[in-house]
Amino acid sequence: MLTNPALVAAMAHSFAIPSFRAILADVSVRYLSCGDTAFTIEFGNEISPEINGRVMALHAAIGRAKQAGALGGVVETVPTMRSLMVSYDPLTTSRASLEPEIEGLIARGLPTDMAGRQVAIPCCYDDPEFAPDLEEVAERTGKTAEQVIAAHLASPFKVYMLGFMPGLPYSAGLDPSLVLPRRSQPRVRVPRSSVGIAMNMTTIYPFESPGGWHLIGRTPLWMFDPRREQPDFLAPGDRLFFQRIDRKTFDRIAREVEAGTLDWSTLVRET
Amino acid sequence: MSAALKVVRAGLFDTVQDLGRIGFMALGMPTAGAMDRIALSLANALCGNAVGMAGLEIGVMGPDLLVEADSLRIALVGPLSPGLIDGPDAPAKPIESDRTHLLKRGQILRMGMVEGSSTAYLAVAGGFALPPFMGSLSTYARAGIGGFQGRKLAAGDSLPLAGDQAPSGDEKKLGHAFDYGSGPIRIVWGPQDDYFSEAGRNTFVTSEYRVSKEADRMGIRFEGPTIEHAKGADIISDGIGPGAIQVPGAGLPIVLLADRQTVGGYSKIATVASADLPRLGGLLPGQTVRFTPVSVEQAEALRRDQEARLQRAIADFKVARPPGGIDLARLYEENLIDGVVY
Repeated sequence: MLTNPALVAAMAHSFAIPSFRAILADVSVRYLSCGDTAFTIEFGNEISPEINGRVMALHAAIGRAKQAGALGGVVETVPTMRSLMVSYDPLTTSRASLEPEIEGLIARGLPTDMAGRQVAIPCCYDDPEFAPDLEEVAERTGKTAEQVIAAHLASPFKVYMLGFMPGLPYSAGLDPSLVLPRRSQPRVRVPRSSVGIAMNMTTIYPFESPGGWHLIGRTPLWMFDPRREQPDFLAPGDRLFFQRIDRKTFDRIAREVEAGTLDWSTLVRET
Repeated sequence: MSAALKVVRAGLFDTVQDLGRIGFMALGMPTAGAMDRIALSLANALCGNAVGMAGLEIGVMGPDLLVEADSLRIALVGPLSPGLIDGPDAPAKPIESDRTHLLKRGQILRMGMVEGSSTAYLAVAGGFALPPFMGSLSTYARAGIGGFQGRKLAAGDSLPLAGDQAPSGDEKKLGHAFDYGSGPIRIVWGPQDDYFSEAGRNTFVTSEYRVSKEADRMGIRFEGPTIEHAKGADIISDGIGPGAIQVPGAGLPIVLLADRQTVGGYSKIATVASADLPRLGGLLPGQTVRFTPVSVEQAEALRRDQEARLQRAIADFKVARPPGGIDLARLYEENLIDGVVY
């Protein structure tokens, strides 16, 4: 039952979105305890666009409810592939009072075709230094290197979650013909901004770090730049479109990123 | 020259921490923050700061800090044996922890070892003049962000201070030692307790676990009896709350603390009650603990009780008599009781 007036107002606002499409109350969720400061709402046990769509819808709905003054004591929500962790302050609220409020949000239906961002990711696939695993991926998938690149460029990627390190996107939607497990021997050192694939996903490394994904290209963009007021470039729910660039273009954009002069807004379209 | 605390000798792992970088987990940003929020809060309150201000977290062994300000009030909280050095070649005079001290230019504060615990805290009245990053001064060294240049302190660093003069007022000390509790660490089952066999869950709450050498701000890997899985160690990655206890395939528990990643793919048998996180934050390799289950409601109640006790501890601060000095307040108080005026 929705009893909080601010919450009702937030939901009424969301119903006013013309392209509203609801997930109705037949969605079964599990509430998992994470101690006395968080709990996780699990929508399923698989990686799929439907399940992640529900996660993102609830993440957004809780955000709107908080902005409207409801759900006091909710600190933040953490969307992952198939669940949403809700972090709360036990000094100002409790699990027992939050769970029914969130059940109410889900039961009223969640708008799933939310406004989102389309983000262009320029990527250079041509330099063997940038794409040390391209030939092996081609061999293991029975393709030519050009076909691997074409399949990556055509994949409709969506950021399902960020994690492992600040700003690292787990983006599902990789063309099924490119699906491979992670490398059996992870690399000790993966350069910053390397573009990798594994399972049905692609990622971009925000920092130089260890990593086990197959590296097929590199973007001149930094996923995390502490000099920016908003250091993270990507957010959960973003749709990614890779755009092929040559080494010369890579070097030019990389210089602008390094100097802090790149106009990042040209890469992002709000929909 | 602007006021600073200069590191003349580095400690082992000393970082600037507040109560964490809150609100960015969805972007993959760990919260970081003090391992023992009680001790940091007490240190801040002793020297008149808001409890959540950034202080210096001392990891195992503290630095020597040269005062480059006309006067500076500091508070130390934790099992330290600090000393004060008046100048070059002067001996270190022992000073007490769990209280404030008024320092003057040229003195060197020797923090020394943290005894029987891994963490202690230094707060300075008025705080450090450091820029917040994503709303917090907490150092997250793995990504090189926050605090002082995103890293632990090194010799030669100058920690900028907000003020050159200590505010006037009495020195203060704790009225009573804060009771962190001493029984088993309280845990709440979940989020993936159903990934473990009943025997595995029993093993976890009936055995003694020893802190291994792999213990830092990210987490503590324990040694002890292995915990049996029922559905395997791997899950589709989900969110990791503070105190989550993940059990990888080898069956040994890892408690995840301040610098933990935001998401992870190992099943988590249980989560430490937030009231017991400060105790875990001070554990040293070789120390042993046991775990005992409580409900979510009980864990919430433990946390509220702990917060009430923290507020009482702050209300119970006493005026600290300077060494060899006269405690005027106490003198007047006794005179009134005696009814005798000298």
